[in-house]
Amino acid sequence: MTHSSLDIAAVKAQFPLLQRELNGSPLVYLDSANTSQKPRTVIDAMTQFMEHSYAPINRSAYQLAAEATDQFEGARTKVRRFINARRDHEVVFTKNATESLNLVAYSWGRANLAAGDVVVLTEMEHHANIVPWHMLVQEKGIELRWVPLTDDGQLDLTDLSTLLDGAKAFSFTAMSNVLGTITPVQQLCAAAHAAGAIAIVDGCQYVPHNITDVQAWDADFLAFSSHKLCGPSGIGVLWGREELLDAMPPFLGGGNMIADVRFDGFTTAPLPAKFEAGTPPITEAVGLGAALDFLNGLGMANVRQHEMDVAAYAISTLTERFGDDIQLHGPCNVEVRGATFSFAFRGIHPHDLSQVLDQRNVCVRAGHHCAKPLMRRLGVNATARASFYVYNDTHDVDVLADALDSATDIFGF
Amino acid sequence: MPGLEDLYREIILDHHRNPRNRGELAPPASHAVGHNPLCGDEIDVYLDVTDGIITDVKVGGQGCSISQSSASMMSQAVKGKPVDEVRALVRRFKGMMSIPDEDGNPIEPDPAVKLGDLEALQGVVKFPVRIKCATLAWNTLLEALEQG
Ligand SMILES: Cc1ncc(COP(=O)(O)O)c(C=O)c1O
Repeated sequence: MTHSSLDIAAVKAQFPLLQRELNGSPLVYLDSANTSQKPRTVIDAMTQFMEHSYAPINRSAYQLAAEATDQFEGARTKVRRFINARRDHEVVFTKNATESLNLVAYSWGRANLAAGDVVVLTEMEHHANIVPWHMLVQEKGIELRWVPLTDDGQLDLTDLSTLLDGAKAFSFTAMSNVLGTITPVQQLCAAAHAAGAIAIVDGCQYVPHNITDVQAWDADFLAFSSHKLCGPSGIGVLWGREELLDAMPPFLGGGNMIADVRFDGFTTAPLPAKFEAGTPPITEAVGLGAALDFLNGLGMANVRQHEMDVAAYAISTLTERFGDDIQLHGPCNVEVRGATFSFAFRGIHPHDLSQVLDQRNVCVRAGHHCAKPLMRRLGVNATARASFYVYNDTHDVDVLADALDSATDIFGF
Repeated sequence: MPGLEDLYREIILDHHRNPRNRGELAPPASHAVGHNPLCGDEIDVYLDVTDGIITDVKVGGQGCSISQSSASMMSQAVKGKPVDEVRALVRRFKGMMSIPDEDGNPIEPDPAVKLGDLEALQGVVKFPVRIKCATLAWNTLLEALEQG
């Protein structure tokens, strides 16, 4: 295996929070699939912006406002480059990935779907890519179909063309927030198009950890959140193909999204403003831009390579130390997974496990991870999940393993 | 940080390993299902109530050691008790968990209500995220009583 060229100690040193000690020992933050920590450059960019350039965007003639607008729009360009989209105005700022997916379901879905129309999802979706579609089932009587999973937590594509037959949309995650599975996005987009469906990609877990190229994928929509890729919370992205966005009715109505408003109606502004009603998260956009600069500085190929190294080390360490006492969900092949691991350990309930790990400052998530249909499919109510990012290293895996041992002492199984 | 020994007292672990009154009761027993939306835990409470007395109680579902042991202890504490005594016990237990009454005021401990083994769950208050685990069975009990 090749090894990443990143100096992880130097990367970690750029995250102020990770320098913090709790009760005299360092933090081991293994919950980045939930939300990521922020590097100094992001914190500084936001502070600097608020201290020097903060002003309204778009509606004011003064120089300060122009400066703020430049930085806000500069962030949009950075997003466009990061995902290799064609045009800046295909990038819509939202609150988070959840809002991005709701925007598609609400606006594209209400304009294009009628009773009996089919939308295909997968069994490993986050609630954010399920509930907006369920709402259309209730409201319009559309039908949902589900791509099943193999036993090792990959998509079972055996019957994909049958499932997609007659479908209008295929909405799927590029990486599971529970299993860590990376899906074959390009192949799935092609299959959707072959069936005449559009391809909606939930990139919330994928974009922070991999090179993203919406043109190579030939996707139609991509949703993701800033807060999982070292940026601030409060801002997310919906990228959409220009023709689709242009043809869609607006989502929220209000200021900024209009060309004209009269007593008898309104007309919408051009993209992207059409989908950005109200005052946007201005400082957060600047922070998102700084986060993308930070990741580009590391190189996304290096980030991915490092996480494959950590994932491989985690799989071998945990299975060698605990054998059958640990059950890792999701694939073992690091080529098709990221460094997010849900697991069951010695019959100890995930809540109890995370409580005991917390005693050693090991932060893991316990619960259903907003994927209850997947939990049912796995036959569990909850899992513990350790998720690694570019600031975690193999030492963090060792600390996790030691902490797991200490859980056995208490529960004595 | 409070120590884990405050949370995982031996009696709690015992109820977790050997839960009492597990099972189901057939209708016309009342039945309520409680969910902890944060972690996906589920608890079923079944009650037979005759002449204002809980004559039988069974508990089902899945959950962490705190929610399971709390459910187990609850079932022991309420079996054979008059419903109004049980309501007073629920109130006392919630007070111990620092949960305010309907008006948002702290619940003063009623010395007439004895907690017995349930005192072992007192340490949970030091771990605020776990309070919901400890109270799940009790809220579900109240729901089952409403149906009765
Ligand atoms: C796969 C996936 N999709 C969507 C979301 C929703 O992201 P957010 O909560 O930032 O809107 C998440 C967050 O956990 C996720 O993991």
